[in-house]
Amino acid sequence: MRKTLILGALAALMAAGGVLFVTRAQPVDSAVFSGLTGDAAQGEVVFTAAGCASCHHAPDATGEAKLVLAGGQRFTSDFGVFLAPNISPDARAGIGSWSLTDFAGAVSKGVTPEGQHLYPAFPYTAYTHMAPQEVADLWDYLQSLPPSDTPSLPHEVGFPFNIRQSLGVWKMLFMTDQWVAPDTEDETLTRGRYLVEALAHCGECHTPRNVLGGLQRDAWLSGAANPNGTGRIPALTPDKLSWSETDIAYYLETGFTPDFDSVGGHMVAVVENFAKLPASDRAAVAAYLKALPQPAEN
Amino acid sequence: MKKTLVLLAGLAVFGGSAALAQADFSGQIKARQGQFQILAINLGILGGMAKGETPYDAELAQHAADSLVAVSHIYEPPLWPEGSDNMSLDGTRALPSIWDERDDFLSKWAALGTAVSGMQEVAATGQEAIGPALGKVGGACKACHDKHRAPSG
Repeated sequence: MRKTLILGALAALMAAGGVLFVTRAQPVDSAVFSGLTGDAAQGEVVFTAAGCASCHHAPDATGEAKLVLAGGQRFTSDFGVFLAPNISPDARAGIGSWSLTDFAGAVSKGVTPEGQHLYPAFPYTAYTHMAPQEVADLWDYLQSLPPSDTPSLPHEVGFPFNIRQSLGVWKMLFMTDQWVAPDTEDETLTRGRYLVEALAHCGECHTPRNVLGGLQRDAWLSGAANPNGTGRIPALTPDKLSWSETDIAYYLETGFTPDFDSVGGHMVAVVENFAKLPASDRAAVAAYLKALPQPAEN
Repeated sequence: MKKTLVLLAGLAVFGGSAALAQADFSGQIKARQGQFQILAINLGILGGMAKGETPYDAELAQHAADSLVAVSHIYEPPLWPEGSDNMSLDGTRALPSIWDERDDFLSKWAALGTAVSGMQEVAATGQEAIGPALGKVGGACKACHDKHRAPSG
């Protein structure tokens, strides 16, 4: 009897250990990144397309001040309020003391150098598709930006979502290195997929989420509730978005819709970024969207 | 007699506030949405030329730009009465920040004026001048919509 109890306890411990092991924060393979040299000029393009500054600049920053990635903007969700951290090159307040491998772990795996899971308010489920060379380029560029000693503020997240270990389970359920759109020989569509699904992380707002906050990839870009309250984030699938490819590209450049209404809300920041990218990138996004399949009937 | 007067005064005040509560501001909301519609129609004329979808026509471009300037001259405060935000009423996407940060809102309207004046100066000078001027107008639209307009739907 006693033996059985001990055995049972041991089994329970092992099971718990197994869960902890499976859900542990797994950083990137340092061998992949140790041989890479970043190019800051390329990194600036990645930085713009990925919209890093839009979330990490200080609240109400304008113009050049948007390149000071001091953090502090608040992002409301069903799980609490997330506060963007300082990712400027300041060694104490920012991420200046990180290595490229540390940075790659955060960007593409959602793991801190200390081995903690990051919350997916940071869109690493999209950035996980980034090419390692582009991660290196981005890291090089970020280090060239001005440092800020503004301390990062804690997220305002209550129980049980404040248990970061649970994010390991969340990642197992909802994080994948699979693309949504199929592989294609078409270079424009491939670039469009990279921009939409990886860098510009369009799905984060335009794809609905399940009760656990995971993206419903079978309803990809079919529109979603606005996490900040009123209104809906519109669908981008061809059955709903009737704009031509030229219209979409023009919108991403100027912020004007085909009937010359103008962009609003967080999309203003997205358009600001896309306007700085080459015209071919805006056209690639438009081509990708028009090639999306019709969503399944609900 | 005095009592009746007080009662009457009370009724008048009550009636007055009831009338206020009933005010739907539909006239003001139609007017301000209408002015944005006039802007959109004229921007559409200029945008069509900038994109190369319609042939450039200097006279038409000038008319469109003049109309933008005319709208920008409308004195805005009477169109935005207190209580006509999207939290109080349906049919508007005007965020309460318009009233909470009135100076910011009015300065953004003034910035639209600057941008459309720039368009007015160059609209008749050639097709290639339209795009950059339109970019500045779009910037003014975005700056305000970013902060003061709720998403649609």
